[in-house]
Amino acid sequence: MTAFSNQSLMRNKYYSWIIKNLFSSWVNSLMTVVAIIFIYEVGTFFLNWAIFGADFRTNFRGELITDRTLCSKNISPGEFGACWAIIYARWDQFMYGFYPIEQVWRVNFVYVLLPLAIIGILFDKLPFRKYFIYFTFIYPFLAYFMLYGGPGLSVVGTNKWGGLLVTLFLGVTGIGLAFPLSIVLALGRRSKMPIVKSLCVVFIEFIRGVPLITLLFTANVMLPLFLPDGVNPDNLLRALVAVTLFQSAYMAEAIRGGLQAIPRGQIEAAQSLGLNYWQTTRKIILPQALKIAIPPIVNTCIGLFKDTSLVLIIGLFDLLGIGRAALADMTWTKLYYEVYVFISLVFFIFCFGMSRYSLYLEKKLKTDNS
Amino acid sequence: MERVIQLEKVNKWYDDFHVLKDIDLNVQKGQKIVVCGPSGSGKSTMIRCINRLEAHQKGQIVVHGTELTNDLKNIDMIRKNVGMVFQQFNLFPHLSVIDNISLAPIWVKKMPKKEAEDIAMSYLEKVKIPEQAQKFPGQLSGGQQQRVAIARSLAMNPDIMLFDEPTSALDPEMIKEVLDVMIQLAEEGMTMLVVTHEMGFAKTVADQMIFMDEGKIVEQATPDEFFNNPKSDRTKLFLSQILNH
Amino acid sequence: MESYFVRKLIFDEKSRSLLIQTLVIGLFALFIYLIAQQTAYNLEKRGISSGFDFLNISAGYDISIRLIPFTSEDTHLRAYFVGLLNTLMIAVCGCFLATIMGFLVGVIRLSSNWLFRNIAYVYVEFTRNVPVLLQIILYYSILLHLPKIKQAIEIFDGFFLTNRGFFTPSPIFKEGFSIVLCSFIVAIIVSIFIKRILKKKQEQTGKQYPIFYINSALIILTPILFYYIMGRPLEFDTPVLKGFNFKGGMVIRPEFLGMLFGLSIYTAAFISETVRSGIIAVSKGQREASQALGLKNNLVMRLIVIPQALRVIIPPLTSQYLNLTKNSSLGIAIGYADLVHGFGGISLNQTGRAIEIMLMVMLTYLTISLTISLFMNIYNKSVQFKGNA
Repeated sequence: MTAFSNQSLMRNKYYSWIIKNLFSSWVNSLMTVVAIIFIYEVGTFFLNWAIFGADFRTNFRGELITDRTLCSKNISPGEFGACWAIIYARWDQFMYGFYPIEQVWRVNFVYVLLPLAIIGILFDKLPFRKYFIYFTFIYPFLAYFMLYGGPGLSVVGTNKWGGLLVTLFLGVTGIGLAFPLSIVLALGRRSKMPIVKSLCVVFIEFIRGVPLITLLFTANVMLPLFLPDGVNPDNLLRALVAVTLFQSAYMAEAIRGGLQAIPRGQIEAAQSLGLNYWQTTRKIILPQALKIAIPPIVNTCIGLFKDTSLVLIIGLFDLLGIGRAALADMTWTKLYYEVYVFISLVFFIFCFGMSRYSLYLEKKLKTDNS
Repeated sequence: MERVIQLEKVNKWYDDFHVLKDIDLNVQKGQKIVVCGPSGSGKSTMIRCINRLEAHQKGQIVVHGTELTNDLKNIDMIRKNVGMVFQQFNLFPHLSVIDNISLAPIWVKKMPKKEAEDIAMSYLEKVKIPEQAQKFPGQLSGGQQQRVAIARSLAMNPDIMLFDEPTSALDPEMIKEVLDVMIQLAEEGMTMLVVTHEMGFAKTVADQMIFMDEGKIVEQATPDEFFNNPKSDRTKLFLSQILNH
Repeated sequence: MESYFVRKLIFDEKSRSLLIQTLVIGLFALFIYLIAQQTAYNLEKRGISSGFDFLNISAGYDISIRLIPFTSEDTHLRAYFVGLLNTLMIAVCGCFLATIMGFLVGVIRLSSNWLFRNIAYVYVEFTRNVPVLLQIILYYSILLHLPKIKQAIEIFDGFFLTNRGFFTPSPIFKEGFSIVLCSFIVAIIVSIFIKRILKKKQEQTGKQYPIFYINSALIILTPILFYYIMGRPLEFDTPVLKGFNFKGGMVIRPEFLGMLFGLSIYTAAFISETVRSGIIAVSKGQREASQALGLKNNLVMRLIVIPQALRVIIPPLTSQYLNLTKNSSLGIAIGYADLVHGFGGISLNQTGRAIEIMLMVMLTYLTISLTISLFMNIYNKSVQFKGNA
């Protein structure tokens, strides 16, 4: 009896939900019908294109696709499905660029350890967090050694790097290097010393006022002009300089927001206990300000991660650059949608993940404070 | 008697607003002075000048024979010896109670962590909440927070304590627990300068009462004289407002 | 005595701050000096001359998308202005389209219909988590996949979609059109006066006037009236397929359309979020309170919700406009001749004056950004002032 009433209660709940959200008025019902037709049309079209009617490694005749003329849609006019074979054929390039194939295990090694290096920063209640944080600090050196080479490992020049490797390298390293710089800028912008303050303001506002592409151009063309003969940073390093400066200005603004949220009483209490400026900043202000600033910081990181795609304009092969290179190849040309949809999906996974994390933090911050 | 705080013709302006006008004040070792007055009278500003949370512009402030100037070394030295308790507690919300208290001994006095935590625990026992050591400020009641704030100041072993309206932000039922701690402190001979409207507390512990209005010290007297025979009309008016409600 | 001096220098608050600042500015000046010296040396060694004299020599390249006449004989300076105008054109058109789309999607996100809400949500998440450059390139390649000119799709009479762009009729203004235009402007000015007068009257008498309808009618009908009085001084030149190309009319190039779609679809996702949160911020309580006062629903929207929501929406909206303007520099990826592509790219390659050109380009963007921020700050101040009063 109770089981039955529970069931009917549940049914009632679903029923009232449907009424409220889909059929509350005749306009609402009409909208529901329109939306269902829209979803059905778009959904079936997309699914047929991307999955049911698509070629993966073989075409409808069962042949392995090795160039675009073997795609089903190029054989039979009735076929229109995607031809994902290009992704399979170019998989190594998408993941590693032109990294020597026998050395690719080094990149995989770095990829696998990346989550371990980041997880300690992301979750403050992680067990053994201290050791994860230690690893975070070791990781960049380890990753550099593994990727570039050195004693015991053959050197792989950055001109061989590409695809996801370049995208992640620029994103992660740019964020990592920009972080300390942005703290200095944010503190400098709130300094009482007019010269320090104005230098920081001018730097931040200048960087935020110009497009990233002009910074990339400047770094690419002008960095060699600024530096002595012996020092000649390669293209990737030049891009990294531009990306780091760019990111530090945006991150500094996010951190400044956090600093502004700290009540004046916190500083006064620390001062009255005899803590000096650096102790107050390090022990009292920054821990609190950064915690508040993390969601906006993550948002700037999402922006940066997307913006790394701009490096293709200065001739680097990031994920999108590799995609364009694949399309320029006569064996695969014209498969635009397959390539762009695939790259979009990769970016989407990373950026959506980050935005979920930022939302999770915002919620956590709210519950922590109440 | 040793003079520990000496203010001479101290003046302060916020832009055009004259907050402190020719303040003269002497505090002897072990003395308990209660400062009262209407809001905006400059009483908080005055005690905040004593540990240089605010800078005065004219006159002289001498603490323990050291004059307060721009000299940061002197400021640091004075702050180590002068404790302060705030109206809003100002505990550090990201640190546990014990970390709040041991922070300054560790970083300012360069004490080993273990020793600093032992001292922190002893002061927590003194303010009667040793069981809260591992909690965070946000988990404590207002009264408990203020007692932690007192313990935090005491952990630096100051010889002067400044209190800036320590009970004004508290719910009525929590005022007593904080005042009890302060009375105990007074009984132990601490030099105290207290801005408060708690006249019962003033009668119990004060050696001297100071009444401030519009940036001036209007009246300074013993509690007996102050409450029973105030000289200035403004003091009378203030007392009648504060006592008759 | 010396130790007193040192002590005073290091521990006195003011002299310490002076010391630090002197050090900072000294290091900064040294840094600039070293770079400047090295650059001068490097330039000399590579035989690159410097200066802005290159602005007066002829550019030697053509720009297909332009608002003012330009040939390869024209100077680099003129190329700069062509690029600047193209940047401003795409920025203005992009902001306009993005605002409309953004508000629409923002409102749909708050729709009572669950399906509509979530379709909008999926749109927002998918567009804002994919790089705008990728989207621009994607939309551009879709546009390039439209039928060739021979098989052009005619969507309306005289409007053709092709892989070479969107062909539309072009207006031909004949004598007297300027009067129609003037009448339109006069109508707008008059309507502002009418609004003021009727508002005053409403305040005095309490009677409500349909100001919106009166003014709309005025602004729409006056120019139409003058259009006929002047003997219809506007004609259209319709594109006609002749041989391998269209003759007459005008064409909106796929580069422009690709940029426009990319920028506005991307930015609209962000704008819709600010619109949504702006409307949510005007809490339900506010709306209920004003309904309790007996205000009608549309009045509640107009008098209570929209003004307050706008106050919340406009600051982030402006920063989205700024982002869109900066992102318009991505035209280089698909060959849209904006400032960065034409002047910053081709002129730079031809003259080799990297420092001068990049400086000009950056300062231009900086000027645009600072101008927008300035208006933003003025607006914010006026809103805050009202908030306090």
